[in-house]
Amino acid sequence: MANSHETVETAQTATEYVQHHLGFLTFGQRQDGSLGFAHSTQEAADMGFWAINVDSMLISVLLGILFIAVFRFGIKGATSDKPGAFQNFLEIIVEFVQSNVKNSFYAKNDLIGPLALTIFCWIFLMNAMDLVPVDWIPLLAQTIAGDSHLYFKAVPTTDLNITLGFAISVFFLIIFYSIKIKGLGGFLGEFAFHPFGKWALPLNLILELPGFLAKPVSLALRLYGNFFAGEVIFLVIALVGYWQLPLHFGWAVFHILVVTLQAYLFMMLTIVYLNQAHQTH
Amino acid sequence: MNLNATIIGQSIAFFVFVWFCMKYVWPPITAILEERQKKIADGLEAADRAQRDLNLAQNKAAEELREAKQHGAELIEQANKRASQIVEEAKDKAREEGQRLISGAKAEIEMELQRAKEDLRAQVAAIAVAGAEKILESSIDQAANEELMKKLASEL
Repeated sequence: MANSHETVETAQTATEYVQHHLGFLTFGQRQDGSLGFAHSTQEAADMGFWAINVDSMLISVLLGILFIAVFRFGIKGATSDKPGAFQNFLEIIVEFVQSNVKNSFYAKNDLIGPLALTIFCWIFLMNAMDLVPVDWIPLLAQTIAGDSHLYFKAVPTTDLNITLGFAISVFFLIIFYSIKIKGLGGFLGEFAFHPFGKWALPLNLILELPGFLAKPVSLALRLYGNFFAGEVIFLVIALVGYWQLPLHFGWAVFHILVVTLQAYLFMMLTIVYLNQAHQTH
Repeated sequence: MNLNATIIGQSIAFFVFVWFCMKYVWPPITAILEERQKKIADGLEAADRAQRDLNLAQNKAAEELREAKQHGAELIEQANKRASQIVEEAKDKAREEGQRLISGAKAEIEMELQRAKEDLRAQVAAIAVAGAEKILESSIDQAANEELMKKLASEL
């Protein structure tokens, strides 16, 4: 009897543990009208749209700054002569991105290279945050805040808001360049008059519009889904006692692949979508 | 999971970082890469050119060596010809000289012979005169018989 009671309690704390780790440090207007952090996921949800996940946003911006700083200082004093080890490393990344852009993007646009580099490095860094043991960063945040119940999520790409922020920005760029290259008429004409000509306009719209609107959604959900799932499994692994060490190692090694692959995929799809936006039929 | 203004914040951050990357990160690195590519291309081209120059120089050297050999052979042939010519000339000269000496000696011998004949004739004449004197027992008037003596001598 006592044993089963203990099992139930452990199960409950395990659920709580996972749920707590999946909550965000949300800042917004509480039900009673005061501004502040939400103390539960329910309260965070009640804050509605005009609230902000401070943890994802903070980590995201810090990693963005890290990315810019590493590249900025990495190429300080760099020359075209013999590159140092670090300069070489940065050049390999840039050349990798550049060759992908060259192979998949046929128009000329100076934005695409830096855009692809930013997406690849930034998302890679965000994803890589899930290789940090799940308790370290929340524990650090809780210690600094002096609140042992503080919600703090360390992996920004497990936040749908962040991945949607990326996807919507890319979507906005797709629309912007489509209109810039083809004109508003040309852009809308792609939905109205393809693939069956102007007499099948409704059918064309039904065929083309969902595919177009699915681009940002699939971009955001693919990245979010991969890392949310990965994060949950890391959390479950963190619950199994000493066995978590080899398990965590195995899952983390596998996730090194996922981290890189998802960053690469997001970059490649962005390049391909923007290439389509630049192609006139 | 609830959507909130983080989307907007992230979008703003996204454009800020992309702009920053476009302004301060991408251009210097790609400039370095391009410059290095150009350097490598230049280096390869220079190596190619040097190889071509080397080939050209080797060809030229071989050509010159061949010409020098040919020239040398010509010189040697000429020298040989000249040498044999000299030898021929020397032989000719020696033959000529020998001929000359022989003919000189012959002439001298002839002369000696003539002189000996003259002497002999004179002596014979004298002997003949002496003999005639002896035969005649009388002294023939030398002057009166001079004519006769000379005639006798030339007939001998």
